[in-house]
Amino acid sequence: MLVEEIMNTSVPTLSPSHTINDALKLLKEKRIRHIPIVNSENAVLGVVTDRDLKEATPSSLISSQNAEIYDLPLEKIMTKNPITGHPLDFVEETASIFYDNRIGCLPIVSQGKLIGMITESDLLYKFIELTGVHQPGSQIEVRVPNRTGVLFEVSRVFYEQRINVLSVLVYPDKDKSDYKILVLRVKTMNPLKLIEAIRAEGFEVLWPNHPGMNI
Amino acid sequence: MKKNAVFVFSEDQLGYKFSETHPFNQKRLTLTVDLLREMNALSLSDIVAPRIATDEELSLIHDPHYIEIVKKASLETSTTTKYENYGIGTEDTPIFSHMHEASAGLVGGTLTAVDYVMEGKSSHALNLGGGLHHGFRGRASGFCVYNDSSVAIKYMQQKYNARVLYIDTDAHHGDGVQWSFYDDPNVCTISIHETGRYLFPGTGNITERGTGEGYGTSFNFPMDAFTEDESFLDIYRTSFREIVESFKPDIILSQNGADAHYFDPLTHLYGTMNLYQEIPKLAHELAHEFCDGKWIAVGGGGYDIWRVVPRAWSLLWMEMNDVKSPIGNLPKSWLDRWAKESPIPLISTWMDPHPLYEPIPRKLEIMEKNKQMLDKALYLLRNQQSFKNHQ
Repeated sequence: MLVEEIMNTSVPTLSPSHTINDALKLLKEKRIRHIPIVNSENAVLGVVTDRDLKEATPSSLISSQNAEIYDLPLEKIMTKNPITGHPLDFVEETASIFYDNRIGCLPIVSQGKLIGMITESDLLYKFIELTGVHQPGSQIEVRVPNRTGVLFEVSRVFYEQRINVLSVLVYPDKDKSDYKILVLRVKTMNPLKLIEAIRAEGFEVLWPNHPGMNI
Repeated sequence: MKKNAVFVFSEDQLGYKFSETHPFNQKRLTLTVDLLREMNALSLSDIVAPRIATDEELSLIHDPHYIEIVKKASLETSTTTKYENYGIGTEDTPIFSHMHEASAGLVGGTLTAVDYVMEGKSSHALNLGGGLHHGFRGRASGFCVYNDSSVAIKYMQQKYNARVLYIDTDAHHGDGVQWSFYDDPNVCTISIHETGRYLFPGTGNITERGTGEGYGTSFNFPMDAFTEDESFLDIYRTSFREIVESFKPDIILSQNGADAHYFDPLTHLYGTMNLYQEIPKLAHELAHEFCDGKWIAVGGGGYDIWRVVPRAWSLLWMEMNDVKSPIGNLPKSWLDRWAKESPIPLISTWMDPHPLYEPIPRKLEIMEKNKQMLDKALYLLRNQQSFKNHQ
């Protein structure tokens, strides 16, 4: 999946000469936490975040004598030359950039111009979609040996039971290194027959357990 | 003369039948009616026949195109996969003959209940054939073709200009009803259910609070697997009362799925019959306190049709009629009649044997987590309330 498929394209921006007060107002009004700072050609010069603004302004608990702070230009507090991304970047790689650099937003730039932005929340939402929880379904966790063809063997059971699979995630098994955990969301309210069939194939269903069995 | 309550039922409701082996089995209605008759708690004059909902009424909620699809599918063989995108002809919601008529009949039953109560012919009404809370605007889901409660709520708004509070204690999230009124500030939906972490449909998080104008009128209380009576009832009583006090409905519609019981094969909650004795009491009490008695109850889930549903739903009807909670044994004639047919030994007493199950190792942690969830889910409401109190 590419960044251009999930980025926000209507991004509120400010220029370096806008004031701290302008930025505070914009954050509040749009309920956002990051503002790209651009020049008249829409090239990204910096980023101002809600944290930059908090650090720059006096505590709300002190009756401030420094009203002029709010009139200072954003140029003074913005992070210059921020990390940017390209619309054709892969979402997975972009997620690593967020994680490695501990950043909260990534302006997306093409031909020197700002064309969109991705935030941590956007990535998190994509993750929610990946796990399939936005569609009605039941979740099943299966422990499988880490060998070729095992996903086929499990999915054959779903095929035979005529159960539609909404999403599949594969996790490493923390306890047994030569095993993996498959997390499947399936479009059914009654997974009982399915669970029986998976067990009959010799796989361990970790959850759901039947009530009354060992917990 | 105004009746206290009517019991909407006819044999036609048994026609909502997917297959012999499907977990959703309306035989439970027969078992319940028979148990109530044996108890002398249900007279023939209490029973009213359901009407069939018209296409126009169904389209209050459902897409006309979807209604056409259901009608078409009703004429097909059960093996066709043509309508899978509409959730029909799937493992959950297979096609059966007269599917449209049977489904519209269940909706009609809830509308009959509505008319009795809203026209002042009775204070309360029960339609155990209803409660199909997973039905969506244009798609069947989770054993539900049409959503009787959603249609009934819309119908009450349009015909009677009523402000409706819907409370759903089925073990599964009442998603269909919630999404139908997610942006409507004049309908309040409450769902208390097992967390969607593993259980169908997966939604029903506390953060689902409604949207736009309707923000703050959807409430969700997802409980951990292995939740027991005490914690369930604490959540139910606290949330239900606080929300009713704040929302001030004209009428309460309760969905009374009976699948949170320990015996239920599809869910992982550890309720006992005590739950089903207590749940209707508060609905009844609040209806009299806030809604001039107006209370409609529908059925819902309930997949242990032998040991759980008949007792649970009988208790519901008895509470509705101010019949003192029965104690001791079930009528011998009922037990004798059904013991042969039941694949499992029946429970012979009104309350469950004690203890019903082995103690839960992490009971205290589960209660603590549920309590936290309750406070978080009510946080917004309580804040608004204390704000109002200060004005």
